[in-house]
Amino acid sequence: MYTTELGKADPSAPVSIIQEDPALLEAFEVRVAADEFIEPKDWMPEAYRKTLVRQISQHAHSEFVGMLPEGNWLTRAPSLRRKAVLLAKVQDEGGHGLYLYCAAETLGTSREEMVEALHSGKAKYSTIFNYPTLTWADIGAIGWLVDGAAIMNQVPLQRTSYGPYARAMVRVCKEESFHQRQGYEIMMAMANGTAEQKAMAQDALNRWWWPSLMMFGPPDANSPNSAQSFRWRIKRDSNDDLRQKFVDITVPQAEYLGLTVPDPALAWNEAKGGYDFGEVDWEEFYAVVRGEGPTAKERMKARRDAWNQGAWVREAADAYEAKRQARAAA
Amino acid sequence: MSHDWPLWEVFIRSRGGLGHKHVGSVHAPDSELAVRHARDVYTRRLEGVSIWVVRSSDIVASDPEQAGPMFEPAESKVYRHPTFYDIPDIVKHI
Repeated sequence: MYTTELGKADPSAPVSIIQEDPALLEAFEVRVAADEFIEPKDWMPEAYRKTLVRQISQHAHSEFVGMLPEGNWLTRAPSLRRKAVLLAKVQDEGGHGLYLYCAAETLGTSREEMVEALHSGKAKYSTIFNYPTLTWADIGAIGWLVDGAAIMNQVPLQRTSYGPYARAMVRVCKEESFHQRQGYEIMMAMANGTAEQKAMAQDALNRWWWPSLMMFGPPDANSPNSAQSFRWRIKRDSNDDLRQKFVDITVPQAEYLGLTVPDPALAWNEAKGGYDFGEVDWEEFYAVVRGEGPTAKERMKARRDAWNQGAWVREAADAYEAKRQARAAA
Repeated sequence: MSHDWPLWEVFIRSRGGLGHKHVGSVHAPDSELAVRHARDVYTRRLEGVSIWVVRSSDIVASDPEQAGPMFEPAESKVYRHPTFYDIPDIVKHI
């Protein structure tokens, strides 16, 4: 899973690079421009650190919250095989969150601060998880489209300039392909099933198509943080380029399923060698970013409940360790 | 009231004959749970046959800003490499 750059209304928005030591800044820019990796103890501009903390922690939060819409279907998976597969996928999402939290922690933030920011509603996560999973076909559509979009976004991040983030992305990308394939397999089963099952698959595609296109973030023209992020190799491809690539790859996959992409403007454009497609409803996107998605409150409540209800386990582990140390000292 | 458990760096031997390699980190209250967490987080697909965990605070690292002077002595000693020496092709097995 992946989060787009959601910097709006964030109090920790990038700080100016004007106060930085010009010699250090220049040396840093040269290293980054030469595609060298920046490691945790290397000098870096404060704005680079802050942008990364925000982006990596948003990405981690998205993985964590991403467990919820699918977890919703674990107990109702249609077969033991599907249940085992979904359980493995949800566990992977948790793992991806952990790789990313660790990468963010190398920049001087703490797990506690990040979890706090998520639970208090201060931190953002991908808008995609604020849509509900109404039927089993949604689990297929999420794997196929949402994880498909995530892969498209994450592959270039394997070469992002911050070493720990890039290395986390290598692990994530290795695991993500199974997520997309299991989703497409669910869609194949339903599209080739009864008329009712095919209708469910079409309905899921109808509801997840546009939110998936939103995962690539606002149009390039409205993506204010992009220029600096490009220069610092935090970002490697533009939102619109990735969105186009996703549409071009995904439309034939929908055709194979015999399903219709819910966009009347969709048409092959021979001249550009890609599809023309309709405008994303950005008003809806920003409303969901602001936390007005259909399930935003439910998601945060589920996260906070999980954290609070697990408190006794964390306390027990602490008490056990304290006792063990006291015994060792005696 | 909550606080973070200590951070542990995780090293994994991917198969027999190879060294342990750093893969990431986990939080855990003690070493035993650190190994279990590392198992769950970093070896879900048979990525390892052995795990080491070390408290992050116990790792001593060289200073990246001193990397120049630190590694320069090796840079100027090219005669430590076999290619420094010209031996005629006619001489075999050397």
